[in-house]
Amino acid sequence: VTLDTVTPPLDAFEHVFEHGRMTLSPALDPARPVLEQLRDRVTAMEGGPTRLPVPVLPELGDLVQLRTGGSYGVDSASLALALAAGASRAGEWVGFAGWPDFGAEAAVGLGVDLARTVLVPEAGEHWLEVTAALVDVLRVVVLRPPARVDARSAGVLDARLRKRSAVLVVWGDWPGCEARLSLEERRWTGPDHGHGRLRERHARIAVRRGSAPAVRADVAFPGVSAALSLRSVAPGTERPAWRASG
Amino acid sequence: MRVLVLWCPDWSVVAALRDAQRSPAEPAAVLASGVVEVCNAAARSEGVRRGHRRRDAQARCPELVLLEASPDRDARHFEPVLETVEALRPGVAALRPGLLAVRAPGRWFGGEANAAAVLAETLVEAGVRDCRLGVADDLFTAEQAARRAGMQECELVPEGGSATYLRGLPVEVLEIDGAEGREAASLLRRLGLRTLGDLAGLPVDAVQGRFGRYGVRIWLRARGEETTRMAPREPAPDLTAEVTFEPALDSVEAVCFSVRRTAERLVTDLASGQLVATGVRIEAEHDGAVASARTWLHPRHFSARDLVDRVHWQLQGSSGLRSRQEAGRVRAPVERVRFVPEVVEPAAAHSEGLWGGSGEELVERGVARVQAMVGFDAVTRPVLQGGRGPAQRQGAVPWGERATGLRPLDRPWPGRLPGPAPCRVFADPLAAEVHDDLGRAVAVTERGVVTGEPTRFHLDGGWQPVVAWAGPWPVDESWWSEGGGRSSHFQVVGADGRAWLLVCGPTGWRVEAGYD
Repeated sequence: VTLDTVTPPLDAFEHVFEHGRMTLSPALDPARPVLEQLRDRVTAMEGGPTRLPVPVLPELGDLVQLRTGGSYGVDSASLALALAAGASRAGEWVGFAGWPDFGAEAAVGLGVDLARTVLVPEAGEHWLEVTAALVDVLRVVVLRPPARVDARSAGVLDARLRKRSAVLVVWGDWPGCEARLSLEERRWTGPDHGHGRLRERHARIAVRRGSAPAVRADVAFPGVSAALSLRSVAPGTERPAWRASG
Repeated sequence: MRVLVLWCPDWSVVAALRDAQRSPAEPAAVLASGVVEVCNAAARSEGVRRGHRRRDAQARCPELVLLEASPDRDARHFEPVLETVEALRPGVAALRPGLLAVRAPGRWFGGEANAAAVLAETLVEAGVRDCRLGVADDLFTAEQAARRAGMQECELVPEGGSATYLRGLPVEVLEIDGAEGREAASLLRRLGLRTLGDLAGLPVDAVQGRFGRYGVRIWLRARGEETTRMAPREPAPDLTAEVTFEPALDSVEAVCFSVRRTAERLVTDLASGQLVATGVRIEAEHDGAVASARTWLHPRHFSARDLVDRVHWQLQGSSGLRSRQEAGRVRAPVERVRFVPEVVEPAAAHSEGLWGGSGEELVERGVARVQAMVGFDAVTRPVLQGGRGPAQRQGAVPWGERATGLRPLDRPWPGRLPGPAPCRVFADPLAAEVHDDLGRAVAVTERGVVTGEPTRFHLDGGWQPVVAWAGPWPVDESWWSEGGGRSSHFQVVGADGRAWLLVCGPTGWRVEAGYD
């Protein structure tokens, strides 16, 4: 028996894009010691567990840590943009797939650098392959799956994510998410029976990891620039006191 | 060596009028810092002169077209003239916009007079009506001859006849040299030397002692002894590369495979001249006729692989998404593919740093693979631009193209929506409905009054109650075009905390954007 007969044949999807190399040289995160980051990188090069942290917005830093090879679920556009913004602001390339109603101005307001942004508004029937190709070269890929995905295809993409040291943010359903972020108790200030205008949004971010209790924090998306600011962090399921503000 | 000089009088005015797309017969003047620098014959006949101030010129000729001076524009419009002459006789030296010199063509055209006639005829056909030619032994005499020739005519100075020809000319002709020439001419006149012949008759030491080095130069010129110095430009090398297929190919893959060598040759040829192409026109021929032609711009510069990619996209047709079966087919068999570099720049301007670029190269390659899957224009780079509505304030540039024609961001854009920017912007607004508490559809009257308080609204998901709303902000724009007209913006917050930007227009309610 030769080795060839033992090795199962590769799925066609798995080796469509097998021409490239381990490519990314991530920007150093100024918030962490340089030595520690370099050690992480050496581990990654040696083929160890390649879970490099990917920068997130400092406001979200206490809530969620993105690590390469993981997929993260969100339930709203602003959260998806906010998760991509951290990496983009740190000099990484980010991509958005299947997002025909991309709001460029809001993305810039949250910190996404459009000069390093790839947008595939309609990924069409090949959306899974398009996402895989984007994962090959971009650090953070935000996907809005147009259809349900089965666990097997998601697994293939997860393997690609680990190999390429990328992060997938899914706006919608995705099997095997490392963490799910959702906005709760959204509330707008400003409009009042025809008077005023939308001014500021308050919401509570809930981060759920597996079966652990959700971590919640109040956030505000204030003002003109749609930027994000953290109000308070409430660990566990305990409901924090709502901090009223205008 | 005989020299032919072509002079186009008042070239600045001709070029400026052409740039402004006005008739060349209108009286016009080009102003530099508020003073007439050049004016055309029509303006001169009304009494406008060089050196007049703007107001004086307008007083003499109220219908005078005033144009700003722009040396770049003059040179740009003179370029086609240079090329026309170059096609007949290579080795053209552009002396300044409106004036060029070339070694006089001799026997090939059957004598200098015939050559000048052919040149004038070609130029008139190319749209240069006022051109004058002069032929002489040296540059200065030839230029003087051209300035004395009639429109579309040629003045010939016989061989060895320069001194005789120049003798009778007034010293004012030296004024073409600028300030130095004007000063010298004025001084010569005051010394009683009225013609170039008078100057030529002086001994050289006396001229040098009184006028210095410039004096010697004009003395030599006046004697017709100035050695001709021209810097003829090299004709631009023909950089076009093409490949012919025999028999014609009908699959995109086959064409792309076959053009690879040609694309590599083109890039190597350019590189050997220290050049890179940033804009290339690709033409595909079918049955002897150009079936598809398109100019591609590159944000940096084209490599051979980029060119092959562009051929792929162009032949595939950029009609968005398509299924895999029909992706590889060409509409008509391709016989010939031609690359025409349209924008060529020195490679030094595009070289990478010593330590190589960042990951950008890899990103470009990876994104090119996505483009091969879903089509060239299905991958975009989002950009911001100026505008009022959220959809107008952004744009999408196909990946690998340069952004052109964006509206400026730094203008005030009165009437634009204030407040946070929406995360979702619908390029094609979705239909919506808004009802008041009695279940009637809410509308906005002509005077901008809402007919009822919105209490529930319907998007694609279903009905939901209105928690808060703001508006209406009436907008009356583009009433002259289809689809424009009176409409009102509303911001509506639903029960789930999502807010929407709704528009109530003549065709009903639509959703323009979502604050998600």
